[in-house]
Amino acid sequence: MDIKSVHSKALCFLAVIVSVTIITGCGSNKKNKDTEEVTIESLEIDEQLIKDVKTVKEIFYSLPSPLETAMILKQAGAVYNEELLNPTENVTNYVTNKSMALNLGVYTTDLSYASLFDQTQATINYMNASKRMAEGLGILNAIDENVIERLEANINNRDVIMDIISETIMNSSSFFEENDRQAMSTIVLVGGWVEGLYIATNLVGPDVDLNNNELVNRIIDQKLTLSTVLSLLDENKDNEDVITVMTNVNELKAIFEKIEITSSKIEPVTDDETNVTTLKSKTEVKMKPETYYELKEKVKIIRNNFTL
Amino acid sequence: MKKIYQILIVLTVLALIPFQGNAQCKSFAKKVCKLELTPYIHDGNFNAAILTEGEDAELYKTFYAGQNYRIYICGSDALPEIEFQVLDVNRNVLYDNRKSDYSRIWDFKLESSQQLIISLRVKNSEEETDELVSGCVAIMFGIKENAD
Repeated sequence: MDIKSVHSKALCFLAVIVSVTIITGCGSNKKNKDTEEVTIESLEIDEQLIKDVKTVKEIFYSLPSPLETAMILKQAGAVYNEELLNPTENVTNYVTNKSMALNLGVYTTDLSYASLFDQTQATINYMNASKRMAEGLGILNAIDENVIERLEANINNRDVIMDIISETIMNSSSFFEENDRQAMSTIVLVGGWVEGLYIATNLVGPDVDLNNNELVNRIIDQKLTLSTVLSLLDENKDNEDVITVMTNVNELKAIFEKIEITSSKIEPVTDDETNVTTLKSKTEVKMKPETYYELKEKVKIIRNNFTL
Repeated sequence: MKKIYQILIVLTVLALIPFQGNAQCKSFAKKVCKLELTPYIHDGNFNAAILTEGEDAELYKTFYAGQNYRIYICGSDALPEIEFQVLDVNRNVLYDNRKSDYSRIWDFKLESSQQLIISLRVKNSEEETDELVSGCVAIMFGIKENAD
């Protein structure tokens, strides 16, 4: 066989593939007005139908980030308990993409929680654990040596630390988006979300009035987030790892469904001085104590399944 | 043969442009948009897309009682105005930036946690041009502990 000819044919084939990629890729970014007008004119337009089937170009489902989760916990009166966190020594146990993604979420939540309570050594340790997970997942530059050095240099400056953590989370999630690995990004977020639930449910003491406790209220609020979690997982259900995580989340859903939340109409009221709007509404919750303890137990099982 | 290599190099560079667009979107969100959230802390989530004039996007998120939030809709300078609304789950409008001169920032807090929808649309350009303008649009959230 003439090797030169084969080489040349392969190059031509590659050129065609690359050309197709360019044509389809560019098409999504720029549209020619004339072409669009022609297409529209050639259709019989039923305005009501268009309204009914109107599709939105981009839909985002946003879960609380590890940083937001930690802030919600602190605001609700949580205290710091390092024993609840996933030990950093466990990093060597995680070798699959799924376990590394889940524990990147778990460790960044632990990192955020430790930093909000000014736990300097734990903050550095959990940043290093997050770094190990990010490296394992091939996330380049999300957490490099420079990040650790900046963290150490500013360990007593909470604003800078928050900024570093926020940037770390953003670098990880955007890396997955840019590299078409949304499934991994979703698993990271679910890992962090479950860790937040685990910490919260374990910080609620046995003698607490479940009907009058801010931390319990924030745990119940996760029923609202649950639908977003499931929508996000559903978008990525062609991924095997996502399906197993979805099974876990559906187990939580079965318990959350036993909790009744009713909310009054929301009334926005803006303070003219601060320009801050308060969304005024009242929420009523019906939850049996056994439902709460069932939820706590299920969260513990799922979280241990993620981390052990 | 040399010509094929040359064509391939040019085509490969062109094929990478969309990915570069994504990377630029992140860089834009990081360098330009984040600053506008101050004194709120960026939550770290990355919600950004390349949108063309006339296109819309929606974001679903739960906001929690006890937190102060800032929503910042950040769009590249080349884009026309961006309309944005905040809706409850029944799609009742809670905020509409058309009533605030297309402000890109909205600060709010909640008495009880709620799932809200952020709905945005890039307006059509008023200038007559042959091509529609596209650009990066990022929906950024800032959070702040409630001092009350």
